[in-house]
Amino acid sequence: MSAQETSQGKSGDPLVTVEDLHTYYGKSHILHGVSLTVGRGEVVGLLGRNGVGKSTTLKTIMGLIYPKQGRILLEGRPVTSTPAHKLAKLGIAYVPEDRRIFRLLTVMENLRTGLDRPGVTDARKQELLEKVFAYFPVLGERRNQAGGTLSGGEQQMLAIARAMMLEPKIILLDEPTEGLMPRMVTQIHQIIDALHNEGVAILLVEQNVPLTLEASQRVYIMEKGAIRHHALSSDLKVGDDVIKQYLGV
Amino acid sequence: MTRRDTIIYWSGFGVIMALLIAAPLVLPPYWARFITEILIWGLLAMSSDILIGYTGMVSFGHSAFFGLGMYGAAAALLITSQAAIMTVLPKLLQDLLLLIGERPNLLLALAFGLIAAAAIAAFVAYFSTRLRDIYFAITTLIFSQIFYVIIFTWTDVTGGENGLSFRRPALGIPGVWTTPFTPETLHWFVLAVVAGSYLILRRVMRSPFGMVLQSIRENEPRTRAIGYAVERYKIVAVMLSGLFAGLSGVLYAVQNRFAAPDFVFFIISGDAVIFNVMGGIGTLVGPIVGAATFLLLREGLGRLFGDQFPYLIPLGFIFIAIIIFLPQGLLGFMRRWLNK
Amino acid sequence: MAAILSFFSDFPFELFVIQTLNGIVTGMILALIASGLTLIFGIMDVVNFAHGELFMLGAYVGVLVLSTTGSFWLALILATLLVATFGGAMQIITLRPLVGRDPLTTILATFGVSLILQNYALWQFGPVARKINEPYTGHFNLFYLEYPWYRLIIAALSAAIIGGFWLFLKYGRFGIWIRATMQDRVMAQAMGIPVPWVHTAAFAIGAGMAAASGVLFGPLVGVNHTMGLDWVLKAFIVVVVGGMGNLGGSIAAAIFISLLESYASIWVSPSRAVIVSFVVLILTLLFRPTGLFVPTPK
Repeated sequence: MSAQETSQGKSGDPLVTVEDLHTYYGKSHILHGVSLTVGRGEVVGLLGRNGVGKSTTLKTIMGLIYPKQGRILLEGRPVTSTPAHKLAKLGIAYVPEDRRIFRLLTVMENLRTGLDRPGVTDARKQELLEKVFAYFPVLGERRNQAGGTLSGGEQQMLAIARAMMLEPKIILLDEPTEGLMPRMVTQIHQIIDALHNEGVAILLVEQNVPLTLEASQRVYIMEKGAIRHHALSSDLKVGDDVIKQYLGV
Repeated sequence: MTRRDTIIYWSGFGVIMALLIAAPLVLPPYWARFITEILIWGLLAMSSDILIGYTGMVSFGHSAFFGLGMYGAAAALLITSQAAIMTVLPKLLQDLLLLIGERPNLLLALAFGLIAAAAIAAFVAYFSTRLRDIYFAITTLIFSQIFYVIIFTWTDVTGGENGLSFRRPALGIPGVWTTPFTPETLHWFVLAVVAGSYLILRRVMRSPFGMVLQSIRENEPRTRAIGYAVERYKIVAVMLSGLFAGLSGVLYAVQNRFAAPDFVFFIISGDAVIFNVMGGIGTLVGPIVGAATFLLLREGLGRLFGDQFPYLIPLGFIFIAIIIFLPQGLLGFMRRWLNK
Repeated sequence: MAAILSFFSDFPFELFVIQTLNGIVTGMILALIASGLTLIFGIMDVVNFAHGELFMLGAYVGVLVLSTTGSFWLALILATLLVATFGGAMQIITLRPLVGRDPLTTILATFGVSLILQNYALWQFGPVARKINEPYTGHFNLFYLEYPWYRLIIAALSAAIIGGFWLFLKYGRFGIWIRATMQDRVMAQAMGIPVPWVHTAAFAIGAGMAAASGVLFGPLVGVNHTMGLDWVLKAFIVVVVGGMGNLGGSIAAAIFISLLESYASIWVSPSRAVIVSFVVLILTLLFRPTGLFVPTPK
């Protein structure tokens, strides 16, 4: 069976499967056998304190770091050693923790880094731009401004919009609400819901527990480089023991 | 180092020394001289290893140190009342120099050469240690070129393009005992200096000072965080490196009896780096082996294919291949063992 | 007052203007070489020691094409394209295997390539300098001199090439890719930009620019195997003074240093005038290490 048939044949199969990842930074063993799945169109949360390896997990999935051990499957196909730029074309988009928009490029140029892909018609590009400016009117207003001149919240929006330009199957979102005002946190929640309604899967790394539980269908909790708990979001509440144990405030 | 290691190491050292001592006695003069030259270049490469291999700073400035050692020695050996250098010195100093330098004097040559090299090293060190990695490499390169230009254009003092030639000094201490050099004694003198330098440097690199240098190479921010004044260590490392590079310059001057600006051109620094990379950085001995390999290959290729053969082309390829595939250099595998 | 007037009347005004012109001409060529170097460094942190040799290679290819076809312009175009291709190949063969290693290995590797190229040129073409003939030999009268039009032409052409490159960076899709990769290699990859190929292309462009300078500059100096050495040093100084990775800075620095050297050679010999660039470098390192024209980061 070809890869295409595999992914199309069993629609119940997860979009992304991560099996037993071990990632190192130099000699530091960061991930100790991380395994998780994200289904098509699913919003999955990844919770945990600082430094447990959540960002590293995302970076490994994105092909920015190669694991020493373990496998990553995209629609059933192994992509463990596929480089990041190919994964972006295969449908994985990444919104990193510090946003990392291209500061010296304009908003428009930032979007174009995702928009200028082979096989995208000009009409489609227009559609995508209009969609994103509808979600984030501020970006439309500032489209010719340099990315570095935007506020923190606006940069976060740009980072997400830029990822959307790739028309991804899954977005890896790393702490989107960090350092944002409550009003913007709500806006991020709305964006996540909207993307979910469009059928885009999201792997959401967050420290904001209430947001994560509301926005996601399933949640993993990490500690010390491994998954410690896995549950449906609807089965968990903010005050639960397991939350206190691993995210103890 | 275990007892066994010590025995192996010193036996090896002894064997090699014996071979090198015997060299001028058993080899034809051309080859004996060749070995002497290998030793001198080896010393230069070794001095460069202090920076590249132990402190992690690639320097292209060694041609300046080498060249200044050479010219410093030349200055000492050319002191006469007529020498142009006299014109820039105050009368008191002139008289003093004439007193001690009337006849070519080995010790004076050494002193002059080392002081000149050290002065330049201090100058370079001051600037260069403020810069990281690549900027340091480029800056040392540019500085060595500055000295090249100065030496090349200050014709009155340095002889410009043509350089300076002089008589070889006698071995020994003037006034106490001297004897003119023979090819054999010259070779042994060079060998003694180079071997001595090696032993000294080895001792230094295994001392706490050397350990700090290596820790700077491994992880500079962390070394700084622990509390070491990294800049000071770097300055000392550059000075040390410059001194021994200058020493090799003095030896070269004494052996060949001339000083020329070609040796201050940055290609010489490049050669030192090549010897290091080929032989294995961080081993002290590796660079000497690298120098030997390079020079032997050059000699061999020249004989096989004729003088006009651009031996640097295949050597260049080998060099690049070593960088890509054998980054540790020829002796790299022995690095840990040699430093125990 | 009289002293000031006498200063101005003694001031070699005509010489000054001539040297200004010369300085700008040399500055534009240097800017072209330095831009390529800055591009390569800015995008992949590689200090290309072989850059001077690419310059020399371009000049030699120009010599060959000129002697077979007689057309200067064809020589310019072919040299640029051929050396650009060579540059791309060089990057793939010698630099790609070194990605992720200590950046100093790239200095060494490019140094190795420069050795090979220099000696190849010496072997192939011999030590005697070759000549590229100017495409246009007219002169115009500048004070007491007959100033060759050609010099102004090459300055204009260099400016045109740099300008074209700048436009390419600003407006083209590839321009955005290059700028994005220069700013954040990792995120560029995450956005689907094929960064390894952007590196190769950037290196090729840098090589092409160096080659073009070689052909343009050929008629002014002899073409021989050491021509790269002098220029690579100047180019490095320019790049450091202009701020490493800063294209605008390199261009400004190139013209600035060339003008200063030009003026200096009114009073001292040209071989000593190079000290000017060294002095500028030292001052920059002391007071404005991030680049003379770059505001020091707060």
